[in-house]
Amino acid sequence: MPTPTLTTRIAVPERAGVSHSVATGASTKIAVRNLNFYYGKTQALHDVSLEIPERIVMAFIGPSGCGKSTLLRTLNRMNDVIPGTRVEGQVLMDGVDIYQPGTDVVDLRRKVGMVFQKSNPFPKTIFDNVAYGLRINRLTASKSELAERVEQALNDAALWSEVKDRLHTSALSLSGGQQQRLCIARALAVRPEVVLMDEPASALDPIATSKIEELIVDLKQRYTIVIVTHNMQQAARVSDTTAFFLLGKLIEVNSTEKMFTNPSEKLTEDYITGRFG
Amino acid sequence: MDQHRHLDDELNSLRDRVLLLGGETESALDRAMLALTERNSDIAREVLDNDDRIDRLEVEIDRQCIEIIALRQPAARDLRFVISVAKMAPVLERIADHAANIARVALDLNNEPELKSVSELSDMAGHALRMLHEALDAFTSSDAVAAREIIKSDSEINELYNHIFHQLIEMMVTEPATATRDARLLFVAKHLERIGDYVTDICELTVYMAEAAFIKHFK
Repeated sequence: MPTPTLTTRIAVPERAGVSHSVATGASTKIAVRNLNFYYGKTQALHDVSLEIPERIVMAFIGPSGCGKSTLLRTLNRMNDVIPGTRVEGQVLMDGVDIYQPGTDVVDLRRKVGMVFQKSNPFPKTIFDNVAYGLRINRLTASKSELAERVEQALNDAALWSEVKDRLHTSALSLSGGQQQRLCIARALAVRPEVVLMDEPASALDPIATSKIEELIVDLKQRYTIVIVTHNMQQAARVSDTTAFFLLGKLIEVNSTEKMFTNPSEKLTEDYITGRFG
Repeated sequence: MDQHRHLDDELNSLRDRVLLLGGETESALDRAMLALTERNSDIAREVLDNDDRIDRLEVEIDRQCIEIIALRQPAARDLRFVISVAKMAPVLERIADHAANIARVALDLNNEPELKSVSELSDMAGHALRMLHEALDAFTSSDAVAAREIIKSDSEINELYNHIFHQLIEMMVTEPATATRDARLLFVAKHLERIGDYVTDICELTVYMAEAAFIKHFK
């Protein structure tokens, strides 16, 4: 007898068109409206509506294949590079639909930076890695300004003190945790407004993870951060609001404190406490 | 899902243990009052002897709660359950301490001539025992409605206490020779009144566990 899959064991209620938002007092930075996403004929997101307030950390949680990483990538159109994908609905950033024709996707990705699960520094020096986005976007007018922006980004990523004496050595010589913070510095150097993080600490040891988590909490003073994580405790530690997804549907979004002590939806409770079915 | 089956096993074991503590506490109170009303010192000594076992149970529950929080990191209803149990165990232990104190009073009074009975003291003890029993039932079934009703009934214990207080003071005035013994009964009444307050605490924890609502101080 085959093992029942998640799909067969869990009935996800239809909740078409339901808008999900949490009262945080902050203005909305990103509004996702009735978003459907398809990989070919496979629908990965079903009618997702969600508001992400400015300068908070929002965590996306849910089991593998629930669509959280897919949704994250729709926020800076990273899915555009995957052949055969299709988007319906809207993603409004500061009220402007990022999927409307004529959108400058390069500029969008400057405003909405991304950090991936596996650190991916370029095979260049530490300095050149952070300077990369500044150079290709011609965001600095002089060498001294470039150096200043690199230092600031490394400071913002809590890495400056560890690398300031070896800026011109290979980024690949850094530890895994340092490489991940370098990637965060690289994302911050171009002064984004939103930072997307796809399981940024899943490959790191507890000390490196703790540094990344502290950094995330510090960064929300200036940036809107959306983090995908499989680590429930990490979501609880770093985020202000949490959104739970299941089988491509947004089940609940709530303050993280409420989500982890008294979620509104039974499906959320079952997932958070590790019980399905 | 094995991980979660283990957590369920541990939560069930914790529930069993706190209910065992609850049962021992109920029995201690019941038997302490029996020792007093039946003037039976053997029963009073049994209550005192068993108090160590109750203390040990409380410590075991503490340890188990810490272990579950540290190793299993429970969330949502599981977290509320563990927190409620961790806060409830010392409350039950305090109730058992009051029962032990009543047993000590019984030992003292049993060595002296019998006093005129204060029937309302038995009523008060009966009410406190009923409240405790129902509170443990409400906790077991996670019944916030029942818990709220029990909280309301604490006022009856308080009324009985006030009545007994005045009755015993009057007895002390009219019969000064028995004043020391009357004062001991007054302590018993005070212990029962405090037990009513502790049962209220248990019910507040049940409401928190069931509804995530903090009603302590905001009833």
